[in-house]
Amino acid sequence: MSDSIIGAGPRRIDGRLKVSGAAPYAADHYPDNMAYGYGVFSTIASGRVTNIDLSEARRSPGVIDIFHHGHFPSLYHTPSSMMQGNKVEETRLPFEDDRVYYEGQFVALVVADSLENARAAAYKVKVSYDEEKAIANLDQGVKAHGTQKGKGNHSRGNPGASFESAAHSIDYTYATPVETHNPMEMHATVASWRGDRLHVYESSQGVLQEKGALAKIFGIAPNQIEVESPFIGSGFGSKLWMWPHAVTAAAASRETGRPVQVVVPRQQMFTTTGHRPETRQRLRLATDNQGRLVSVRHESINATSFTDQYVETCGSVTKSLYSCDNVLVSHETTRVNRGTPTSMRAPGAAPGLFALESAIDEMAIEAGIDPVEFRLNNYADRDESQDLPFSSNHIKDATRQAAEKFGWSKRTPEPGSMREGNEFVGYGMAACNWEAMRFPCDARVSLRADGTAYVTCATQDIGTGTYTIVAQAVSDVTGLPLERITVKLGDTSYPEGPLSGGSWTTATTLPAVAEASRKAIEQLKSHATSGQGAFSDVAAEDLSFENGQLSHNGRAMDYTEVLGAQRLASADGEAHTGGADTSKYSFRSFGAHFVEVRWDPGISNLRVSRVVSAIDVGRAINTLTARNQVEGAVVMGLGMAHFEATDYDHRNARPVNNNYAEYLVATHADQPEIDVILLDNPDYEFNEYGARGIGEIGITGMAAAVANAVYHATGKRIRELPISKDKLMEGIPEPQRA
Amino acid sequence: MREFDYARADSARQAVSSHGTNEQAAYLAGGTTLLDLVKIDIMRPEQVVDINRLDLNEIETLNDGRTRIGALVTNTALARDERITRDYAVLSEALLSGASTQLRNKATTAGNVMQRVRCPYFRDGVSPCNKREPGSGCAAIGGYNRSVHAVLGTSDKCIATHPSDMCVAMAAIGATVQVQGPEGEREIDFLDFHLLPGDTPWKEHALKENELITHVTLDAPIQGSRSGYLKLRDRESYQFALASSAVIVALEGNTIREARIALGGVGTKPWRVKEAEQALKGQPANEQSFQKAADIVMRDATPYEHNAFKIPLGKQAVIRNLTTQTA
Repeated sequence: MSDSIIGAGPRRIDGRLKVSGAAPYAADHYPDNMAYGYGVFSTIASGRVTNIDLSEARRSPGVIDIFHHGHFPSLYHTPSSMMQGNKVEETRLPFEDDRVYYEGQFVALVVADSLENARAAAYKVKVSYDEEKAIANLDQGVKAHGTQKGKGNHSRGNPGASFESAAHSIDYTYATPVETHNPMEMHATVASWRGDRLHVYESSQGVLQEKGALAKIFGIAPNQIEVESPFIGSGFGSKLWMWPHAVTAAAASRETGRPVQVVVPRQQMFTTTGHRPETRQRLRLATDNQGRLVSVRHESINATSFTDQYVETCGSVTKSLYSCDNVLVSHETTRVNRGTPTSMRAPGAAPGLFALESAIDEMAIEAGIDPVEFRLNNYADRDESQDLPFSSNHIKDATRQAAEKFGWSKRTPEPGSMREGNEFVGYGMAACNWEAMRFPCDARVSLRADGTAYVTCATQDIGTGTYTIVAQAVSDVTGLPLERITVKLGDTSYPEGPLSGGSWTTATTLPAVAEASRKAIEQLKSHATSGQGAFSDVAAEDLSFENGQLSHNGRAMDYTEVLGAQRLASADGEAHTGGADTSKYSFRSFGAHFVEVRWDPGISNLRVSRVVSAIDVGRAINTLTARNQVEGAVVMGLGMAHFEATDYDHRNARPVNNNYAEYLVATHADQPEIDVILLDNPDYEFNEYGARGIGEIGITGMAAAVANAVYHATGKRIRELPISKDKLMEGIPEPQRA
Repeated sequence: MREFDYARADSARQAVSSHGTNEQAAYLAGGTTLLDLVKIDIMRPEQVVDINRLDLNEIETLNDGRTRIGALVTNTALARDERITRDYAVLSEALLSGASTQLRNKATTAGNVMQRVRCPYFRDGVSPCNKREPGSGCAAIGGYNRSVHAVLGTSDKCIATHPSDMCVAMAAIGATVQVQGPEGEREIDFLDFHLLPGDTPWKEHALKENELITHVTLDAPIQGSRSGYLKLRDRESYQFALASSAVIVALEGNTIREARIALGGVGTKPWRVKEAEQALKGQPANEQSFQKAADIVMRDATPYEHNAFKIPLGKQAVIRNLTTQTA
């Protein structure tokens, strides 16, 4: 068993709970006497609140209290440090002052005895504003006040001079819009104070960070706070850090003396819980006459909020994916009247690789080289940005395998040269890439007298399958079957585990869980070989433990009997494992997407008809959930390529498609056949499982692969996402001037 | 929540009487528009009259060949009805192209006729909107007006599209709307039911304040015709039409004997184009004829900042659909 459970494909151990509705999400908790908070949200994007008229709202049924900047407890700022465990993305406190920085900002919170009463009263709050001209988009921001320097910048060699003297070169600017995470489950907080202790249910990708931030904000000790997030209806990054709604809930609970629930309405999921920011990216590439890259410059600007600087590190991959002596990567930001952006699945790399991998396609065409061959000739063999070897890099293998399975050799390079019926067929491809990270982690495993194992770690399962792979790791070490392993996650009272983000959960958590399992077995052996133990005549190191049985020289006993005989509840192991040692290797994951699109110009219909993705992430712990992560990321990437954009009114910075009907994500009907090849090359330099993490890499490069295929089908190069039909159509008349 | 009076009616007459002439009264059938808009505070009914108990669930074939559909027949039931799929394929296809299975299971025939616009400026509760607040202006003009805004039938007071697919098929088929008022019943030609925005975009239909739709009666099918609905949008499912066409064509040899054309997604009401139909009559069923008809359809179109592409797209919806139905 221990040979097969890692790398096998068991189904999710929490699947039944989820599909039967038995899994409690944050807003499914109803503590006694709970009240409901509903926000009043600003209807302007910039200015000041001049008056809040509560007269009608106060008369509304069931209202308990109404909070706003004139009536809210004085709280503290968190230093917002990830390393200290108290990071938030929007550092301004709710109701801190009368300023409005974005449309959809909390300007009041009505607390009432039911959601319906709170909402009805919230609609009756009349807010007056002194409205100022809003900065509605990136261009307006740059024009109004320029840019600020970002982080993650890099340079080597002399990219300017080598560009000027190169045989072939390109210089294009790419743009990506605001994308909004839109997890199915809305952000939600249920906060309760008991004396000076705060308990919170939150839909969170990082319970410990929320606990740390709440402790700072409320000025209390971390041990006075518990945060639970056992089930999350996904987050895609929007639930990494606590947002203002959670502070409003915790403060309102303390002020009213009742548990308070605040659920963020769908409309405000577009405003006050982060988004992937708008970017502009200038790519200047050049090659010698052999098609070798001699100069790479990737300069990006992203929009951030007026309250915080969030940097979308679009050039993070550009530093190391291709071999080139002369490289410049720079990130700048400009302030706009939108909420603070945040990480969204593969932050930096997702928009960055749209630009880079589109530009590489354009560069290959300019140099007259097949895009696959061009990449194979230019992929870096070591991380030139850090001057380190890669721990494991199979991108050439991934690219060749995917090309073979996709049938790239059937492609005729001329745009518009492949046609079937009404449709032009386009083939495109792009590389994908994501950093592999691993952080310190604690875990606890108890082998219990009832024959089960009980595992705790304060990380989270955000829908990716963490519960299942943790159980697999315990099963692998102990030999216990999955059904006898209870995994508990998402609770700050458990040993410290990682934030569920950055694709690092697997690599971070499993070594700690495995080590804790081994320590529990050690303790079990120590019990068994002690004076009262069943194997008191055997040295602990001579005792073996397999499939729940302790044995020595043919004498075997189930471990439950050993514990039972000594009236011991459990044998326990606690472990602390460290982060990755990044001094010897650069740890990254690699892959390639191959995409077929079909363009029917007679009805202006574009669809992605086929995807083959080969992904090199080291070892896949669970092939079912791993494949599911890549398929899901491919679908999300397809949506990014094709549909997704939060549209803002350029006159007032108000998001206009803030709902599930008009903010378009890919539906089931948009999903083509997706063929995922998981290369299986364990990366033992990274951890004992050889696993690097798989949640994000699949979305990187997808939009570029689609854009490159669209160019091949249509001859049109779309450098601004999303690639909607209107950008490909001919004969569109000039609009009437308003 | 905002409180309202609730009455459950057992007959159409009783419903009408409970509703009265109160401008803030609303009939409740499937609720897929009303409840949504109540939750976001855009509709604030003071009186809700639940008509779900009314006996309006039948689809009947009348002696004169017409088909009478009860107001409460759900979109799902109508789309799957054998008589509809046989005689009015365009209607079944239009219904199935709209919304989602869950919504179609709740949504009713009359409710679909009465659905409100998807314009974000109507729905945000704060922007100028002449539908929501007569005289306040139209924020869609000069704003973000790509997907749910029209190029046909617009005015400087409103440019929102009528979002229905079903109504586009009904406009092509030809129909009458039966309504119950306090003084009895009357019929309204389907093409006269929805109103152009003009200077009064808050007046969306020909119903008097207290009238209730009881039935929609489809004209008899055109003998020997084929029909279909073609909906063009960004994604494959769950999106309102950017442009759609309902087409019914009868051929004699390769000559068009009769044609019906209506469009969705491009007009401020379900957009029947009789002039284009006339132009097709007696013409050969070929691309040139279809192109000519499509040009007529869009002759008076007004492109706005973000939706000018709907003019060529609408033409494509017409041409491809005609091509398919005559192939």
